[in-house]
Amino acid sequence: MPTYRPGPVSLILAVLVALFLLMPLLAVIPVSLTPSRMLTMPTGELSLRHYRSLIEDPRWLDSILLSLRIGIVSSILSTALALTFSLGVWMFQPRFTAALVGFVLLPMVVPPVVSAVTLYFLLTSVSGLTSFFGYDTWLGVAMAHSVMTVPFATVLILVSLSQLDRRIDLAARGLGASVWERATRVIMPNIKFGIVTAALLSFVLSWEEIGVTLFITSVNAITLPRLMWMGLRDNIDPAIAALSVILIIITVLVLAVRSVITRQRPAKP
Amino acid sequence: MRGTLSDRTGAALLMAPLLLFLVLAYAWPFLGVVKWSFTLPTPGLGQYHALLTDDLVQSVFIRTLRIAAIVTVVSVTAAYAITVVWVRGSPVQRVLAEFCILVPFWISVLTRAFGWVALLSNRGLINTWLQSIGFISEPLTLVRNEFGVIVGMSHFLIPFAVFPLASAMRSLDERVLLAARGLGSSRMRTFWTVFVPMTRSGIIGSALITFVFSLGFFVTPAILGGGRSVMIAELIYLRIFQSPDWGLGAAISVVLVVFVGALMALVFRYVKPKQLV
Repeated sequence: MPTYRPGPVSLILAVLVALFLLMPLLAVIPVSLTPSRMLTMPTGELSLRHYRSLIEDPRWLDSILLSLRIGIVSSILSTALALTFSLGVWMFQPRFTAALVGFVLLPMVVPPVVSAVTLYFLLTSVSGLTSFFGYDTWLGVAMAHSVMTVPFATVLILVSLSQLDRRIDLAARGLGASVWERATRVIMPNIKFGIVTAALLSFVLSWEEIGVTLFITSVNAITLPRLMWMGLRDNIDPAIAALSVILIIITVLVLAVRSVITRQRPAKP
Repeated sequence: MRGTLSDRTGAALLMAPLLLFLVLAYAWPFLGVVKWSFTLPTPGLGQYHALLTDDLVQSVFIRTLRIAAIVTVVSVTAAYAITVVWVRGSPVQRVLAEFCILVPFWISVLTRAFGWVALLSNRGLINTWLQSIGFISEPLTLVRNEFGVIVGMSHFLIPFAVFPLASAMRSLDERVLLAARGLGSSRMRTFWTVFVPMTRSGIIGSALITFVFSLGFFVTPAILGGGRSVMIAELIYLRIFQSPDWGLGAAISVVLVVFVGALMALVFRYVKPKQLV
């Protein structure tokens, strides 16, 4: 059977767009190897000094550890909240479901800068209550990140629930399984992939979150993107180029592994 | 517990934690921001009056709308070109297109903005290269202006513009295209009169996402605009942290939300949300 394939003009245009998309990612590689302390192209000799400064400068390591901690805590929180909510929606199909899901998706739809102002208001209001939760604390940042990532986790879990066959749940129910047993032993094992994906996406979104973080941190809770931001705004530090190259390599590797795994699975999105 | 838990209590127990969390951590503080806009520095509508009269705020609003419109056209067009190959190309072309879409998608906005700085700045890749071949003597100003902002934002938004287009192109019935070709329509004509109209819902969805995202964009304009082409989001940041004029920052936020909400309501009157994704 013949198929409809893009013609030469389409291919040329697509290649131009592809180059545009990859160009800035490739551009950071030469910059990261410059021997200069400034952001310049290397002329002649190459140097790894900016990679070394990532290890030697404690600020980078501290912020990486902080971002990991915030990412893990906020990902667990948002996945747990999204999972219980989605189970409730799927198992009981309550009235007003559409409105409730719409409410949960708000932080994803509202312009991020407005969410940032909102979370700034929240954290400065509660700052006086305790010293470990509020403006410029890591717990405050983790909670704010959960607010921002929970809509994405909910969408992913709801999508994987929508592909689940209701009859297996009906069978479990008919055989006398409690709500708890249905949720933990019938439904959750069947949406494992969706839950893991939701947790990973929440982590990644928190790991690279900057828009909200800028509003709710100042000197204590310096996450990795916050530190990069400081280095980008003032005097551009080529260590950022070295860090970017490492992050790009990790992304490419993860995507490659994922595409190998998904290609082995039978056709499923 | 067996059999004793009614459906309604079960649903309420499972859904309550997230709803409670978002009411306390999102809805309530948002109302607080709305309150700020009416009470700081003095109670009343003063901040909203200032929005309508302040020249700086007005020019930032207009610049934001202009940049968002340009970025939307650029991103949707570019996304269309690469999505055609991602959805309709040969298997190898598909893998390559997917790689070029997903790698930038997963890389943080900061890294991508930084990549553009490395390319476009005065001592960046492009200027160094153009000078070394003797094409220009003075470096071109490609960054810290509106051009840099538009390039960086389009780059960020193309992958987001791809997804609605891809789902529209996937659901399209290939036999119609083959029929058009079989009846003697040229490649170009089939594309413009059959293929593009059939992906209309995807184009609208993709334009809506891109436009709404660009209105509230903060990081890319702040880095690539270098303080010279301030957009709404950066203005809010400056009002809250530099001036500090919390009331005006809050009022701009409220207007932005209302504007985005109205825009989405308007589009959803003509296109069902389900058609978009």
